[in-house]
Amino acid sequence: MHAFTAIDGLVAPLDRSNVDTDAIIPKQFLKSIRRSGFGPNLFDAWRYLDAGEPEQDCSRRPLNEDFVLNRSRYRGAQILLARENFGCGSSREHAVWALYEYGFRCVIAPSFGDIFFSNAGKNGLLTIVLPVQLVEQLFREVEATEGYRLKVELQPQTITTPSGKVLSFDVETALKERLLQGLDDIGMTLEHSDLIREYERQKAAEKPWLFPDPD
Amino acid sequence: MKAETLYDKLWNEHIVTDYGDGACLLYIDRHLVHEVTSPQAFEGLKLAGREPWRRTASLAVPDHNVPTRNRDSIDDPVSKKQLDALERNVREWRIPYIKLSDERQGIVHVIGPEQGVCQPGMTIVCGDSHTTTNGALAALAMGIGTSEVEHVLATQTLVARKSKNMRINVSNRLAPGITAKDLVLHIIGRIGTAGGAGSVIEFTGAGVTALSMEGRMTLCNMAIEAGARSGLVAVDDKTIDYVKGRPFAPDGDGWNQAVTYWKGLRSDPDAMFDQTVEIDAGQVQPCVTWGTSPEMVVSVHDDVPDPADEPDPVKREGMANALSYMDLAPGTPISSIRPDKIFIGSCTNSRIEDLREAARVVAGKQLAENIRQAIVVPGSGLVKRQAETEGLDRIFSDAGFEWREPGCSMCLGMNEDRLGAGERCASTSNRNFEGRQGAGSRTHLVSPAMAAAASIAGHFTDAREYISADDAD
Ligand code: SF4
Repeated sequence: MHAFTAIDGLVAPLDRSNVDTDAIIPKQFLKSIRRSGFGPNLFDAWRYLDAGEPEQDCSRRPLNEDFVLNRSRYRGAQILLARENFGCGSSREHAVWALYEYGFRCVIAPSFGDIFFSNAGKNGLLTIVLPVQLVEQLFREVEATEGYRLKVELQPQTITTPSGKVLSFDVETALKERLLQGLDDIGMTLEHSDLIREYERQKAAEKPWLFPDPD
Repeated sequence: MKAETLYDKLWNEHIVTDYGDGACLLYIDRHLVHEVTSPQAFEGLKLAGREPWRRTASLAVPDHNVPTRNRDSIDDPVSKKQLDALERNVREWRIPYIKLSDERQGIVHVIGPEQGVCQPGMTIVCGDSHTTTNGALAALAMGIGTSEVEHVLATQTLVARKSKNMRINVSNRLAPGITAKDLVLHIIGRIGTAGGAGSVIEFTGAGVTALSMEGRMTLCNMAIEAGARSGLVAVDDKTIDYVKGRPFAPDGDGWNQAVTYWKGLRSDPDAMFDQTVEIDAGQVQPCVTWGTSPEMVVSVHDDVPDPADEPDPVKREGMANALSYMDLAPGTPISSIRPDKIFIGSCTNSRIEDLREAARVVAGKQLAENIRQAIVVPGSGLVKRQAETEGLDRIFSDAGFEWREPGCSMCLGMNEDRLGAGERCASTSNRNFEGRQGAGSRTHLVSPAMAAAASIAGHFTDAREYISADDAD
């Protein structure tokens, strides 16, 4: 997995609540059996004026100039500022892959869809929950200031605004460790193989119907 | 011992080890797999040189991409590639598989309970958010992402943090002709799409126990639409009767042992919930969504709300965006909205009871002239066969509906069953998101009876008008 330590990145504001994963990456692109190639179709229905299809050359498609990410001042943004319940809906991890491939490394919102939040943590995309009022204030600052950047540092769990104000955020310890080191979850779990086997032995005795056939 | 909720019990029973920082390693009893969210997980497994930990704990089935008309060939080459990838992966790893031509094939969340693969007390995961459906069996059922699919394949566990305990207590019973779908839409309208965020919801009360297992599945299916990690209903006799005799259900001594254990799968009377919401089932009306989020829902007897009445500016803008996308004006009576297409299906409402409910409304009638297409997509081959045995397929076909093969179909339109841009659909599915049923599509979520009533009337209308009083129970 990609590690996340710190970034100093341009911020793009996506001023909508309940942005669902269908909007982040529409279903026609889920037919891919690869983990990459989703970036050009991030927010496809909002970003382009035509209907997107898989395996199309997106560089020739007409852009929706009104969509926030198409505005030149937000080109190259690495931090997405979002509203309540970002990433709700379908479990598709493709949504995280698309955000990451597009260039986002961090999403800040008052709340996230549970599965999206967990998927992000498996792919080095840092999701930060901030109180609604703070998010609201960041929206105002981003919209008022062209070139607005934030410095996000994971080790001290801080966000520094251009005026030097420091905001702190929470992150679960295990997730933080994994993100900082870019660790593979599965490898870590397999270190507990004996505990998993022991659990299975015990449950097979207590609840044999759950283990009908030897594997 | 400390009083526990049903969720506490299921959680504690599956802890392999507690990491001490809020995260636990949870054992996973059952893992369901479909073609869309699994290929990258199998590839990851292979690249890392790993093997599935316990392959018989998984069951794979194709559902999202499958054609529902002609199954002999799959015309879309991109869909075919994904379906082929699933076949290849299950063969390579010897994962139990129900293939497309098998009569048991269907939507993963329909066949899990139907086959008895999903049982009370289990932890069940699938790379699909509507896995919550299985919570109706008092199982802890959660949707996961592809990295977690790989994790479960490789370790039979999941690293998870415990959610909060939320209870939605439904007092009284639904009025005759009002269904579990209306109830769950009503609940989401009340608490909002983030109302269950960070929680597992247990549905309790007379209004819930009165529901059939199918109805409970509809309820838990949409717990995810309330933002919850999962939904649950405690075990009662209906649960046990439902599981009994299913192909993968325990039998003999195993059955008796299992039943004894299952009977304890309910919250202790004095268990503490972090939050309780009270709902009066008697107040629930036939529901219709008007916007692009399931919380944007009102009774069929109401009008489309006016964003100007909404004090919260973010919500107000969301409502205005939704109305413009849906091409609806504030104040429009819901009953004057005319759908172009009708979709009866999806993991929310494609079980036999749903089809019976819809058939009762359309029996002996014809589609209204403005309905361009109406399709019924049973949740599984076995549901389809049962419906045919009961003659429901004839009722639908005679009315002008198309009778299809099982799959996800127009719920998300990954196959060719899609709405065109601007087309309006009365749909029994679970998501009315922008573009969900096709780019530019407009979805109104309703119950099967309400979709059926709209197909006959040509506009939304109270389905009870089409059901004779002695029939409406
Ligand atoms: S029917 Fe719809 S919601 Fe259910 S699993 Fe299929 S696509 Fe997902």
